[in-house]
Amino acid sequence: MKMKLFSYNYEDTFIHSLSGLTKLICFIMLTFAVMFSYDIRVILGVLLFSALILRASKIRWSQIKLMVIYVLIFLAVNAFITFLFSPEQGVQIYGTRHPLFKLFGPFIVTQEQLFYQTTKFFKYASVIPLGIIFLLTTNPSELASSLNRVGVHYKASYALSLTLRYFPDLQRVYHDISQAQQARGLEMGGKASLKDRFKNSLMVVIPLIFSTLDRIEVITNAMDLRGFGKGRKRTWFNSSRIKREDIIALLVSLGITAVTVLVSVFVNHGRFYNPFI
Amino acid sequence: MTDIPIIEFEHFTFQYFSQAEPTLLDINLKIYPGEKVLIVGPSGSGKSTLGHCLNGLIPFYYKGNIQGSLKIKGQETQDLDIFRLSKIVGTVLQDSDGQFVGLTVGEDIAFAMENDCVASPVMHERVERVAKMVDMHQWQTSSPYELSGGQKQRTSLAGVLIDDVDILLFDEPLANLDPATGKTAIEIIDDIHQQMRKTILIIEHRLEDVLHRAVDRVIVINDGRIIADMNAHDLVCSDVLIKNGIREPLYVTALKYAGIPLTPEMKPGHIWSLDTTGVNERLRAWNRSVTPPEPKLDGSSILRVENLNFSYDGVRPTLKNLDFDIHAGEMLAVVGKNGAGKSTLAKLFCGFEKEDTGALYFRGNSLKGKSIKERAEVIGFVMQNPNQMISKNLIFDEVALGLRLRKVPEEQIRERVEKVLKVCGLLPFIEWPISALSYGQKKRVTIASILVLDPQVMILDEPTAGQDYSHYSEIMEFLRELNALGISIILITHDMHLMLEYTPRSIVLSGGEMVADTRASIVLTTADIIEKANLKETSLYRLAELAGIPDGTQFVQNFIDYERRTVS
Repeated sequence: MKMKLFSYNYEDTFIHSLSGLTKLICFIMLTFAVMFSYDIRVILGVLLFSALILRASKIRWSQIKLMVIYVLIFLAVNAFITFLFSPEQGVQIYGTRHPLFKLFGPFIVTQEQLFYQTTKFFKYASVIPLGIIFLLTTNPSELASSLNRVGVHYKASYALSLTLRYFPDLQRVYHDISQAQQARGLEMGGKASLKDRFKNSLMVVIPLIFSTLDRIEVITNAMDLRGFGKGRKRTWFNSSRIKREDIIALLVSLGITAVTVLVSVFVNHGRFYNPFI
Repeated sequence: MTDIPIIEFEHFTFQYFSQAEPTLLDINLKIYPGEKVLIVGPSGSGKSTLGHCLNGLIPFYYKGNIQGSLKIKGQETQDLDIFRLSKIVGTVLQDSDGQFVGLTVGEDIAFAMENDCVASPVMHERVERVAKMVDMHQWQTSSPYELSGGQKQRTSLAGVLIDDVDILLFDEPLANLDPATGKTAIEIIDDIHQQMRKTILIIEHRLEDVLHRAVDRVIVINDGRIIADMNAHDLVCSDVLIKNGIREPLYVTALKYAGIPLTPEMKPGHIWSLDTTGVNERLRAWNRSVTPPEPKLDGSSILRVENLNFSYDGVRPTLKNLDFDIHAGEMLAVVGKNGAGKSTLAKLFCGFEKEDTGALYFRGNSLKGKSIKERAEVIGFVMQNPNQMISKNLIFDEVALGLRLRKVPEEQIRERVEKVLKVCGLLPFIEWPISALSYGQKKRVTIASILVLDPQVMILDEPTAGQDYSHYSEIMEFLRELNALGISIILITHDMHLMLEYTPRSIVLSGGEMVADTRASIVLTTADIIEKANLKETSLYRLAELAGIPDGTQFVQNFIDYERRTVS
């Protein structure tokens, strides 16, 4: 199966119909909300909300499987290392200590640590569906035009849109090169040492860079020849006006963010929710 | 036609800052409004540079030193900028993928208008109209991944036509297209020329394919100079083509083999204008005189494909029930339109993908369970674009890579690399940086880097795509030498000349199924196969018809046999 991690696919859903800018702002607000708060109730709420949205945007599991697996592995490693380096972090934060069991050596698992790390795990985990939704439902050109409308220079917005657009291409070329190099005997991962793996990945990355540079030359020429960059402004073929749906989405996201902040300030009196006292 | 040229070069010389010699030297050329002009020349002749001077990429993007004058519509181009020039000269580049800027067809066509700050409703209306002109209005919301090469090229053409330019410049429009699509492209360009009376310049080295439709003049460029400026009939009769490394039309070669001198009266510039009334008998006599060669005995099976089925998504089959043998020492072509499953078949051989059902055998042993690396010991794979394989600075290191990864002792590596580079004619360059090599030499380096692993079969993906006649011959003659050393060679290709000249056997895939496994002469003369594989009928077949030779397929086979005997 070809891997296409970040490729935009059109579907007729409420989420797809939102303007790219709306989705970007909502993404930033909600990410801020879960990053700000260490209250597991709020975080689980956002996680549930984003899971529902993910469902509503008709994204298939096969499209995101690989990405989710990578992130989960990363989070698991992160959790383990956090525990190794500061097993008493939770105790420090919550001010109590309820030991549960001895793991090995001097490492004792406490209720506080378990609670802290669970909170942290869900905090990061809840960003994944948000990011996936943003990347997979946003038409890059439409996003560029929205960004331009709110004052970002069109060259910068176009660069962003081209990057998003060529990502699937780059992945495909990477995949092809890596296969051809494996046929020459390259080991990708597995038994090789970290240093060898780095050296080996260069053997795929270097041809990728050079063939991409060729491609950039062509696209630059094509754009120049059709007048890109001649004026201080440009118009957009794909531009959508801010609709009622966009306002609703923005208000919902703003609401969630506000609730998160208010819960921290008035209920928890700080960023942490402390069930131990 | 007026007397005032729309394009006028006067003592025009151009030298890239990065080059020691001028690329264009003292060019004098006038092109008049409404003319359709073909510019031919081998790679590095300066023909693309001439195009860049016209559309403003020189000196806007590629810097260099200009002498003399180039006027377009009476204005000196050095006083214009690329943006103003782009309103007069519209350019369609050869890379139909790379020049697709927008995310959808509609957006790509609108690109120039976006940059002109045209209001959105106006854009949509004009895009609709221009998309209709090139027959793409059904596809306006499609992304480039859903389009064929020909559709992408039509989109690019629409993106240029939207500006109502006076001059259309096509820079190697056929380079990335299969024969059938290329033929359609030439027809579309001609229709535009007829309907809109625009001035049209086509830069190409595939002369015969462009001459599928009429042109007013052909200009031959080589070594930065204009060698000839004449009509197609005179050109084909002269020795300019051969002297300058441009392939002459196949029917012309056939007439010459038959010892028939060409005259402008025969109108030999196009196959459809060719008049053979006076020479038919001689052509028939030649056809009778060719004797078939001794049949070569097939070697034992080196690769066997048995009931092979494969699908990427488990729903749509990519390969269906393939079943055939490849014999030791064979050189064969796998042809078919894009998406027919040619590359997928190569991937299965190499182990990049795993078959769903069926099996592959190497010399009778199943390849099932063999890793990519193990298969690579016997089956080498060379990618189309050499830049996608090269990862080292020096030729020696690049070729040695596969051996080093296999932990072969360094003294043996030296010996094996030198041996392979000698075969590939690259030994003098052994310590050179790869960046100093030409495209054709880089291609050889990638072949050498696979050859060093001592494979018994080599699979090459489109080895001749985008190559001019001399590079084509260089690469193919080299492969023939390797083949003579006993290596079986499988070529994935669209190139009809390659099939005629080098591969006695062709396997034709269509929709994942094998629709033919036979000689090139049959493939290129059978209407049904031609259509399924997006090929086109060879002009030799039409020549046989003209001469009243009933068995056109045999005529093509005789041509192949004659050529093999006399040329090699």
